[in-house]
Amino acid sequence: MEDIKIDKKLDIRGQVCPYTLVRSKLGVESIEVGQVIEILLDYPEAADSIPKAMLNYGHSVLKVEKINPGEWIVQVRKEVED
Amino acid sequence: MEFTEEQLKRYSRHIILPEVGGKGQKKISEAKVLLVGAGGLGCPVGYYLAAAGVGTIAIVDNDKVELSNLQRQIAHSVKTLDMHKADSAKQTFEALNPDVNVIAVKERLHSKNILALFKDYDIIVDGTDNFPTRYLINDACVMLKKPLVSGAILRFEGQVTTILPGDGPCYRCLFEEPPPAGLVPSCQEAGVLGVLPGVIGALQATEVLKLIIGKGKPLKGNLLIYDALGVNFRKVKIPKNEDCPICGKNPSIKELTDLSEEYCSI
Ligand SMILES: [Zn+2]
Repeated sequence: MEDIKIDKKLDIRGQVCPYTLVRSKLGVESIEVGQVIEILLDYPEAADSIPKAMLNYGHSVLKVEKINPGEWIVQVRKEVED
Repeated sequence: MEFTEEQLKRYSRHIILPEVGGKGQKKISEAKVLLVGAGGLGCPVGYYLAAAGVGTIAIVDNDKVELSNLQRQIAHSVKTLDMHKADSAKQTFEALNPDVNVIAVKERLHSKNILALFKDYDIIVDGTDNFPTRYLINDACVMLKKPLVSGAILRFEGQVTTILPGDGPCYRCLFEEPPPAGLVPSCQEAGVLGVLPGVIGALQATEVLKLIIGKGKPLKGNLLIYDALGVNFRKVKIPKNEDCPICGKNPSIKELTDLSEEYCSI
């Protein structure tokens, strides 16, 4: 198990598209370049689309993991200024 | 910026754009834009800026809504006939977005009030389409170093340019003086396709938003000309004139004056 330091946690369970992305984007804006945010979500489509969107914004996706039935965590390291 | 639930929804398509984001949306909500004219151009410009959430929009217009305006001035309606255009537009924009503070200035713009009216705003939008006022606005913006997004329309053709005083040419660099009134189309000749100001106004609103968020390149040093019949957009370079009477090295215009000639306005 690698040990990633999480700088911020964001719980967006209950949110649907496009607000999953809106809140994730704002979450990344609130941390510094080099910091890591962990997003907890339960909207199935977002488990796929949020990592893709974060890569498109130029950030790194460190982990996508299904932690419970219907719940995922996505870890994103901010790589570029907003 | 902390967004309310409502704002998060309203501006979601801005926030997810990398070039805008929450930070850009916050800049938009803090921006103060002044529109000269609530006519063909001012209506769509104000409409889109209000939708985008521009925090403060001032509208300077002393005219009242007439039936002949409704073919193209989309912020007004049969319900606002005879109302001041500034009030009618304010009502429309605030109904679209209550976040926006719209200030109706029911005054005619002239050399004595223009600097005081402009000084508190970040960006000026010219939607007047009459030459004396166009030059007055240009000169005031150069003096105050305010970005100016200028638009003009006639028949099936329109043009847009962005003037950043101190960084590129101004309107007088292109034409030092307004054309004599006789060369400007008379009212009978000055028809305009109703949708044309929509195209040009939307381009002006785009320029304003780009300036606010600081993304992309502004349309400075160029006149973008749209020919609706031929379906052509062409950019014409405007060179900076070192001898420009207002923005040149030794400006001869030191104070603002009003031109009294009668022009027909669209
Ligand atoms: Zn000039």
